[in-house]
Amino acid sequence: MSLRPPALTRLFFLLLPIGISLAVAAALVIAVGRDPLDVVDALWQGAFKDSRKLGGVFNFWIPLSLVSIGLVVTFRAGLWNIGVEGQMMMGALFASWGAQYLLLDERLAPLLHVLLLCLAALGGMVWAWLVGALKIRLGVNEIFGGVALNALVNVISIYLISGPWQPRIGGSAQGTAPFPKPALLPEFAPTFPVNIFMIALVAAAFFIIYVLLNHTRWGLNLKAVGKNMRSAQLLGVATQRTSMSAFLVCGALAGVAGSYRVLFTFDNLRPLASGGIGFLGLLVVLLLSIRLLWVPLVAFAFAAILTGSTRLQIAPSLKLDSSLAGVMQGMLVLFVILFQGLRETLFPVPNSSPSPPSQGEESPRQPGRLPPGDGEAEQS
Amino acid sequence: MNPELLNTLGSIVGTATPLVIASLGETVTERAGVVNLSLDGSLTLAAVLGFAAAWTAQEAGVLDVPGQIALGIAVAMLVGALIALLIGFSSIKLRRDQVAVGFVLTLLAADLARFLGANFTRIPGPQITRYAIPVLSDLPVIGPIFFRQNLLVYFSYALMFAIWYWLFRTGGGLTLRAIGERPEAAYARGARVQRLRYWYTALGGALVGLAGAAYSLNVKPGWSSPPAMQGDGWIALAIVIFGGWHPFRVVLGAYLFAALRAVSSNIQTNGLFIFGQEISFPFVLLNTLPWLLMIVTLLVVSSGLTERLLQYMPRAVRRRLRAFLRSDPPKALGIRFDID
Repeated sequence: MSLRPPALTRLFFLLLPIGISLAVAAALVIAVGRDPLDVVDALWQGAFKDSRKLGGVFNFWIPLSLVSIGLVVTFRAGLWNIGVEGQMMMGALFASWGAQYLLLDERLAPLLHVLLLCLAALGGMVWAWLVGALKIRLGVNEIFGGVALNALVNVISIYLISGPWQPRIGGSAQGTAPFPKPALLPEFAPTFPVNIFMIALVAAAFFIIYVLLNHTRWGLNLKAVGKNMRSAQLLGVATQRTSMSAFLVCGALAGVAGSYRVLFTFDNLRPLASGGIGFLGLLVVLLLSIRLLWVPLVAFAFAAILTGSTRLQIAPSLKLDSSLAGVMQGMLVLFVILFQGLRETLFPVPNSSPSPPSQGEESPRQPGRLPPGDGEAEQS
Repeated sequence: MNPELLNTLGSIVGTATPLVIASLGETVTERAGVVNLSLDGSLTLAAVLGFAAAWTAQEAGVLDVPGQIALGIAVAMLVGALIALLIGFSSIKLRRDQVAVGFVLTLLAADLARFLGANFTRIPGPQITRYAIPVLSDLPVIGPIFFRQNLLVYFSYALMFAIWYWLFRTGGGLTLRAIGERPEAAYARGARVQRLRYWYTALGGALVGLAGAAYSLNVKPGWSSPPAMQGDGWIALAIVIFGGWHPFRVVLGAYLFAALRAVSSNIQTNGLFIFGQEISFPFVLLNTLPWLLMIVTLLVVSSGLTERLLQYMPRAVRRRLRAFLRSDPPKALGIRFDID
């Protein structure tokens, strides 16, 4: 431990990339002829002006935290679950099916909600299982399998919205009819439109996954598979089953995250209801080099930027595209990763720190197929 | 041959061109052992900035139309090369994971494109014009399909042969393959592995940028949000795997994808008739076809299915067929090479 650079250096290499990414974003804003301070003001107003806005932040935070927690699990196992976006969407589809066809009495609403969330978890798991089966049994790289499955579920959702789930009159391609009231998750208060139960669920997921990762054999197995598939296998870890379990856990969490979007945020199913939150979750976890502990906090910051960015278009002095939020988040993650590299180059650590999931470094895993040495695909 | 069919085939060749150029570019990069995963983002950013440059020149009236196009293409290629170099730099100098940096850049470049392109949405700009090659375009069948296109399309043919020739018929190409397969061996033989990887990564990135310009200045003119080429970067990456990192097969794969897309969009607009009977079917679902094809092709190349099928082939053709279907990635793909 004494070989690690001093705390001050580490702080410097954390703050510097944050400063640089903010400076680059500011330069961009100046380049399009706006005042960066106006942007800061708009973001702040958009996210924290009153309790309603704060509720909006939590409405992004809930699904974002859920997918990020799930992605920590898959990254721990060395898997790139880009399919998380589609898993969210599949969860949303399953929940939407239940919301439309499982009609229960208003008094049984809590039971219905539990059912819908379970359905959503199942939906996410189905889609995650597909990515996992393609990867583990058939050797299709999970990045490409995931991207294709994301696209597939989007087409399916558009088909359902414009076809079978279209109301007989007054339908549109923008979304299904609003779901019946008992199916929708209730809001805490009109001034703070958030579902409290889901916040508790995020907290529970966080603690459960934290304990599972750090204090169980399963967590250890995940790490072993992620660090070096081959030696994990030689040590007797059921590598295939471990990888698949990581996918399934992440899929379940993503499915629930997706259902929150349709059962609370929108009240109906829309095309692209997942709204890029899955991809944002990947950024959150990459930013943190797969450390779970800080996920809720960073997810909150990202959710605040996302919520605030809706004001960029409305604020009369700005009229900027809300994609600036994505630019800021992307810059931040990029510079943090680059400066980690710079720090490790300048202050080499013999037993290097937890690096971002390294596809193809210690355990080479090429796109499209497993290398012959990894042996999993050939075995089955 | 039916002139309408020839027309359709010709337009498939035209619309496939950005995919062809982008996947050829990625082939070069990956042959050198570097994965540029950012394709979906860099295509978009190159497209919008190339278009913006060409349009600005048009409004300012500083260049003639070919000059505007050339400026747009140059800007787009620069953008693509810079993004690729950033991945190369972060991998070679900073020892970061190529996939992680590439993925972050995918999202970042796409968002940057939307942000910077907000003022260029749905406005007409300069476009690359057709130029039929005198003698060749009069050839039966081949002429109308391949030789009544624009210069970028002709460039893509030349590029395919050039890359093939460079890879398999020159010493430089041998070194290129060596640094992607066995960098240590190449290094021991005196190849400057890191420097070459930078060059080939930049070259591949520049081609990806060119493909971006091929969208915004020709195939899907202008800029719109969501971008018209969204998703194509991922398809191009899959085509490289499907093509087994061989330029001819990569190009074949790009045409296959473009053809499938043309067929499905044609059915969606005109309906499907079999023996004069209109078939009713939710045609939206046809949009899944390119992605299903992507999964299926990756399945075929990675599950050992081809090898199993080869066992049923007569022994005489087996070897040649295997050589053609070979789809092993460069051995050092995505793996860092550290001299020390």
